[in-house]
Amino acid sequence: MFLINCPFCGEREQSEFKAGGEAHILRPKQPTELSDDEWAEYLFMRKNIKGIQFERWNHSHGCRKWFNVIRDTSNDQIKAVYKMGQKPPAI
Amino acid sequence: MVKNLRTKGSKFIDQTSRVSFKFNGTKYFGFKGDTLASALLANNIHLIGRSFKYHRPRGIMTAGSEEPNAIVQINDNTAFTEPNVRATEIEIYEGLKAKSQNCWPSVNFDIGGINNFLSPILPAGFYYKTFMWPASFWLKYEYFIRHSAGLGKSPKLPDPDIYEHKYIHCDVLIIGGGISGIMAAKMSAKRGLNTLLVDENPNIGGSTIFQNSKFYKINNQTSCSWLENEIKEINKFKNLIIKTRTSIAAFHGYNFLLARENLTDHLPANEKKYKVRQRLLKIRAKKVILATGALERPLVFNNNDRPGIMLSSAIKKYADFFGVACGKENILFTNNDTAYETAISLDQKGIKVNAIIDIRENCNSEISKEVEANGIKIYRSSTVVDTYGYKRIKKISVMQLSSDGQSVKGQKLFINCDCLGIAGGWTPAVHLFTQSGGKLEFDEKDQIFVPKIYPSKQISIGSCNGDFELDQIIYKNTKILKEFLEISESEYDNIDVSGASNLNKRNIWLLPSDKILGKTKSFIDYQNDATAKDIKLALREGFRSIEHVKRYTTTGMGTDQGKLGNMHALGIIAETTGVKMSELGTTTFRPPYTPLPFGTIVGRNVGEFFDITRKTPINDWHVKNNAKFENVGQWKRAWYYPVNNESMHDAVQRESKAARESAGILDASTLGKIDIQGTDASEFLNRVYTNSWTKLDIGKCRYGLMLNEDGMVYDDGVTTRLDKNHFIMTTTTGGAANVLAKLEDYLQTEWPELDVYLTSVTDHYATISICGPNSKKIVSKVIPNLDLSEVSLPHMSFKNTIIDNIKCRVMRISFTGEQSYEINIQANYGMSLWEKIMDCGKEFNITPYGTETMHLLRAEKGFIIVGQDTDATLTPIDLQMDWIVSKKKYDFIGKRSLYRSDTMRDDRKQLVGLLTEDPNEVLEEGAQIVANLNQKPIEMLGHVTSSYFSPNLNKSIALAVVRGGKKMLGQKLFIPMENKNINVTIVDPVFLDKENNRLNAQL
Ligand SMILES: [Zn+2]
Repeated sequence: MFLINCPFCGEREQSEFKAGGEAHILRPKQPTELSDDEWAEYLFMRKNIKGIQFERWNHSHGCRKWFNVIRDTSNDQIKAVYKMGQKPPAI
Repeated sequence: MVKNLRTKGSKFIDQTSRVSFKFNGTKYFGFKGDTLASALLANNIHLIGRSFKYHRPRGIMTAGSEEPNAIVQINDNTAFTEPNVRATEIEIYEGLKAKSQNCWPSVNFDIGGINNFLSPILPAGFYYKTFMWPASFWLKYEYFIRHSAGLGKSPKLPDPDIYEHKYIHCDVLIIGGGISGIMAAKMSAKRGLNTLLVDENPNIGGSTIFQNSKFYKINNQTSCSWLENEIKEINKFKNLIIKTRTSIAAFHGYNFLLARENLTDHLPANEKKYKVRQRLLKIRAKKVILATGALERPLVFNNNDRPGIMLSSAIKKYADFFGVACGKENILFTNNDTAYETAISLDQKGIKVNAIIDIRENCNSEISKEVEANGIKIYRSSTVVDTYGYKRIKKISVMQLSSDGQSVKGQKLFINCDCLGIAGGWTPAVHLFTQSGGKLEFDEKDQIFVPKIYPSKQISIGSCNGDFELDQIIYKNTKILKEFLEISESEYDNIDVSGASNLNKRNIWLLPSDKILGKTKSFIDYQNDATAKDIKLALREGFRSIEHVKRYTTTGMGTDQGKLGNMHALGIIAETTGVKMSELGTTTFRPPYTPLPFGTIVGRNVGEFFDITRKTPINDWHVKNNAKFENVGQWKRAWYYPVNNESMHDAVQRESKAARESAGILDASTLGKIDIQGTDASEFLNRVYTNSWTKLDIGKCRYGLMLNEDGMVYDDGVTTRLDKNHFIMTTTTGGAANVLAKLEDYLQTEWPELDVYLTSVTDHYATISICGPNSKKIVSKVIPNLDLSEVSLPHMSFKNTIIDNIKCRVMRISFTGEQSYEINIQANYGMSLWEKIMDCGKEFNITPYGTETMHLLRAEKGFIIVGQDTDATLTPIDLQMDWIVSKKKYDFIGKRSLYRSDTMRDDRKQLVGLLTEDPNEVLEEGAQIVANLNQKPIEMLGHVTSSYFSPNLNKSIALAVVRGGKKMLGQKLFIPMENKNINVTIVDPVFLDKENNRLNAQL
């Protein structure tokens, strides 16, 4: 169980959070213009990397805020935490 | 026969307080401080159990948690019984009852022992090879396997003990209270850090605390008296907590560890009462110091498993710590100097050592010279080639080793003994280190794996770090700890240490015999009966990965996780395949390090504390009125209200009729309620629901369907516009939390530009629904001032009102198809309002109904329940709810997916109604639906999702999903059941009042 530094509350136990999958996947602004394949790309395709991954996390048992986390999935080391809408920091 | 195996003067055992206990039905005595193993050994009992596969007699091998053989069932046939207890760990107490496992009818005569003679046909992978075919025989095989297997019996009664969980946060956690752990504790506590020291034993001090030898001196004191003094000193620190009988079960990332603190297992029954038995400690440490020590390795030779064959270090501990001689005629068999320490200890206590068999050609350490000077015969360059004695070792045969160590030569020599100590060197206990994600490195010189890369702020010291000699341990620990704890000067800087042993060892993983390998039994994993021969067979059969060899031979898969023999398995694989140990790697050590009872894992979360229970404000009324309850998520909901021992069926029929013929009342408080405010609230609803919300007038309600982005139905409910920028959304009972989370997600991450605020208000309101043709009369009695006319409060509208000075909301919405009113009132007033309505409704026979009747009534109307009639594979189109999907809206969650080629197929499963040919036949929910009974394999078209006997229609009705069902109206299908086929016809899912006349009907 790791510790996550919520950008709004500070460091808390992992059990207070929910993982929300890959980060930086924008919902298409005009879904009706997309082909089936393009829509499927948005809907279903997610990366599952051994190594550095950009993820969304939600402080579900805390401030309820969503934010982004850069995590090394091979050892669970968290490299950075940043708010929604922000660009990922250099690591 | 044997009178006294107790030596005098062990200060660790209270020889004045005698304790009686039973083993296999016979009463024995031991002393306070004994483990079951030491007490049994003092009574000259070595035979404890039978091995798993061959049922060979097995005895006590070790003096610690690594014990593979001496595992027992304690307090059999009681609620307190526990299997797989290591006799080497459990401390005896008055009245303890222990029993051998894995033997029938008794440990002395065991029928399964025949497997030992059958062993040539029980090779590695025997079970995999034999029990594969034919498949129909599997049931018989399983019976055989289960019957002959059996490491103990699990308790049949509920666990009467109390367990709890505790969180601990500390600066430094030290695991292991041996000499290294004690040094670390002192340095850390002195530095002012909040320190926790845990040790699995009843006392700290490790093996140094009984090292009373002139060969090991610290500052001119024997190492044990020096350490005693250190313990006295660390006991004074206020910022140091020492927890004994506490073993670390798991070491997770970010220095999060689980430990089991054993509080009462060593106490007699009357002292255990009402006390917490074990505590699961959840420790978060800033820094972790591993001082877990090392485990002595056995030697692998022919018949190395007989009772009386023990680790040399265990024999020393039984003599020095417990004051017990394990045998009267002892032999030690070694590849290093450890056995000489044991010999000196035994010799000092007058316990006879017949010989030392040393596979090394020579050794010149002071300690070995002393042993020789004391007249103990040493056989060098020799090995034990066989052992004799069935239930206890009697004799060994010894031969000279060839110079390459791969074969034996010369005369065979027989020596009598009743105890054989084996010393194969030391394996650092790196289990916890690897659990935490640490990477090991192989040390060729000592043939050991040692910690190399640490994944968190932790350090290994002492013998778990590969340092075995006293001087080396102390000097190196000091250096490592100063750096790790950021200390500039330490009292250990100028310490004077002397040690005498010489750790040169000769490592031979598999010792040769005069017999060929195929005729030998050289055990590697004692608990699972895996031999060197099995490993070589697995390699011949093509297994290469250590993980595969492990599973095929079951090496290391017992309750001890192969703590003793894993290194030998690796060594033999490396030798046979020519791959270096360093490249082979080790198998993964998984938590828990030692077995953990379920009781400890669940702690207080048992019985009614297993999960949170949510009750509505009207719950007490339901209880008082004999309601039966059902769980909906964490909610307790009234299911039905039986009157005079009514069956569930009769109660539901009565409630359903009453609701349609006069009036029914339902506690709907569990429905999820989300308060939505903000200038963009209606735009937000437009985006999350399939229908349009912009034009909903203030004071009106609308039903909405929410999809996932994949187009599948996710939730439904009625949302009411309270004001221009204020809505209240209802969700399904089970979906409330997830819907809120999903809406928050979109709001925060996709549409942050929207001015919308969401608040969960589920628990703030009690919701009471009154339905039926008399409902209007009742509500007008409850709220006389409210205009209930069709103009003032038509279907799908709402009014703010006041009942007895309390503000509330009345909504005219219906889930039953009857005229209905839903009153929302602040939760505290829920009960009084409910009672008031019951009172006003008395003259109309107002009938409380539960969830079952609610489900029946809505099924008559063909209303879906999300999660019962849907399962995340159905779109609104599949549900025949096209009417609720806006064609005009540019976008909403899931819209694009409704136009995917897959969701547009017309042979998808679709919601339909079913009527049975026999109107009294009620279908089983979940039953499969087919078209052709003779087809093979029979094609399943769908299944029944809801099914009831409708008292209002006086026939059985059902909802189902059927492939292409929309176009099959009127078609006859079949439902094959175990003993009959039921004929059904596909019909429209709305069974009652298709014209919605009842919504306004009044009596
Ligand atoms: Zn937070």
